[in-house]
Order: sequence, then C-alpha cells, then structure tokens
Amino acid sequence: MNCSEFLAQLGDFLDNQVPTGLVGELQAHLEGCEHCVITMRTTQKTIQIYRNHEIYELPPALRERLEAAILAKCKKGC
Amino acid sequence: MPIIQQAPGTEEVHPDIALVNRAREGDVQAFEKLVKQYDRQVFRIAQHITQNREDAEDVVQDAFLKAFEKLDQFQGNSKFYTWLVRIAVNESLMRLRKRRTGRMVSIDEDVETEEGSMPRDLAEWRPNPEALYGQSELAEILRKTIQGLPPGFRVVFVLRDVEGLSTEETAETLGLSVPAVKSRLLRARLQLRERLSRYFRKNEDGTR
Repeated sequence: MNCSEFLAQLGDFLDNQVPTGLVGELQAHLEGCEHCVITMRTTQKTIQIYRNHEIYELPPALRERLEAAILAKCKKGC
Repeated sequence: MPIIQQAPGTEEVHPDIALVNRAREGDVQAFEKLVKQYDRQVFRIAQHITQNREDAEDVVQDAFLKAFEKLDQFQGNSKFYTWLVRIAVNESLMRLRKRRTGRMVSIDEDVETEEGSMPRDLAEWRPNPEALYGQSELAEILRKTIQGLPPGFRVVFVLRDVEGLSTEETAETLGLSVPAVKSRLLRARLQLRERLSRYFRKNEDGTR
C-alpha cells in the first residue's frame, strides 16, 4: 500500500468504518510511514479541536429573544 | 462495505418523538422544549453556512417556525433533529443565495478544487497546540480557517464532524450520496488540517 492508497482510506479509518480485512494493511503502512502517521494524527486533532471549541456561540440574551419571538408566533398559529 | 443492520424489535423511540406528538396537538410548551434543545445547534449551522450573523438569526426563527407549521409532514422515520437540520440548511442556503444575488449557490458549488487532496505540510504539531492561544484568538483562527473552505465541503464537515450527524444522516440531509459525503468530508478534513498546520506545527527550533 502506498501513501495515496492510505489517504483514500483515511476518512473511513478515522471513523472506524474500514472493512476488517483492510485494517491490517493500513496499520502495516503506518508502521513504515512517518508522514502518514503525522497526517493521520494531525487530522484527528483537527476534528477534535473543531468539535471541542464553540466558534459560533449563541449569546444568552439573543437566544432568549429568538426563543420568545419563535414561541410568540407559534402561539398565534405562526 | 459492511452493512449494519438493527435487529428487529430493538428500535428505541427517541424522546423527541413524544414532544413532537404533543406539539402536533398544539402544545406549544412541548415545542418550546424542542426549540431550547436545538436552537444553539441550528444557529451554529446557519452561521457556518451563511457566514453572516443576521442571516443566522433569521434562519433560527424561520427554521423553527417552518418546522412547527410542517410538523404533520414529519414522518418519524428520521430523527426530529435531522429533519430540523435539513430545514435549517435549506433556509441558510436560501439566505446565502439572496446575499450573492445573481449567483447560484448550492452545496455543489466550488467542490471541484484539487487543493488539499495531498498533504503538503508534513510537520508534527506541538503537543496540545490549542493551549498556546487564548480562547478568543483560537476561535478566530478556527473561524478564519473553516471560512476558507468551499461551502460544499464546509457544510459536510460541520454536519458530520461538528454536529455529530452520521454519514448517512448527512447524506440524507444534503441530498447527496454516501460516497459523495465521504469524499467531501475527507477533503474538508485534509484542507483544514493543512491550514491549521500553519498555527500548530512544531517549529524547527522547537519554539512557538
């Protein structure tokens, strides 16, 4: 397996969706390829950072205002 | 590809379904619970797609109102949240189109870029790299970085990796095939990784 073939499977590998038969091949490639180890680790970290950091927070005052507006309209039958 | 099948009789009824049923009968308090449960997520998705605060606020209102009006059309064979997200994504794309008058905007736009298919930055990152930036500085880096993705990649990454929808749910929500979602997701992840490397990579002398 070369790096391009590894990369093609990287998404499924990170999501644990690689067919069982292929896992060994991917792991064997990682053992001999530092670049792919780094790519995999930093891609994993990328996902984790975006998942753990709220970058578009809904401020509480705005949230209350929006909720009140939505529910007022619902009560009127929209 | 392995197909995961659920054994018959093991399907659990999602607690949202009871709220939806009550809301259908006109119980606004039940609908209020659904609003409070999901408004932050809808706002986040809308902001990611429209890149505009006012539009995102409008999307939150319009998406919930549309959902309330159309509750009868909710089939119950998908999650309420996924159904709501689909409405929010459509509303967001509509706003984006209005802002870019005369230009068609769809989630298929700009996806034919070759950028990001092969990793170029192969440097290791510093351990715990986000700790090197203040909260607001980091948020700014993450915003700037994700804003640079084509909309068709951005929305897939946000639904799948930030909001935690499954690949199948993301495909259903966006009207894409599962392979198309997977391919866009991988390219989005690799492009973001490449761009974040600028901020997070280890310098050769080991300093920030």
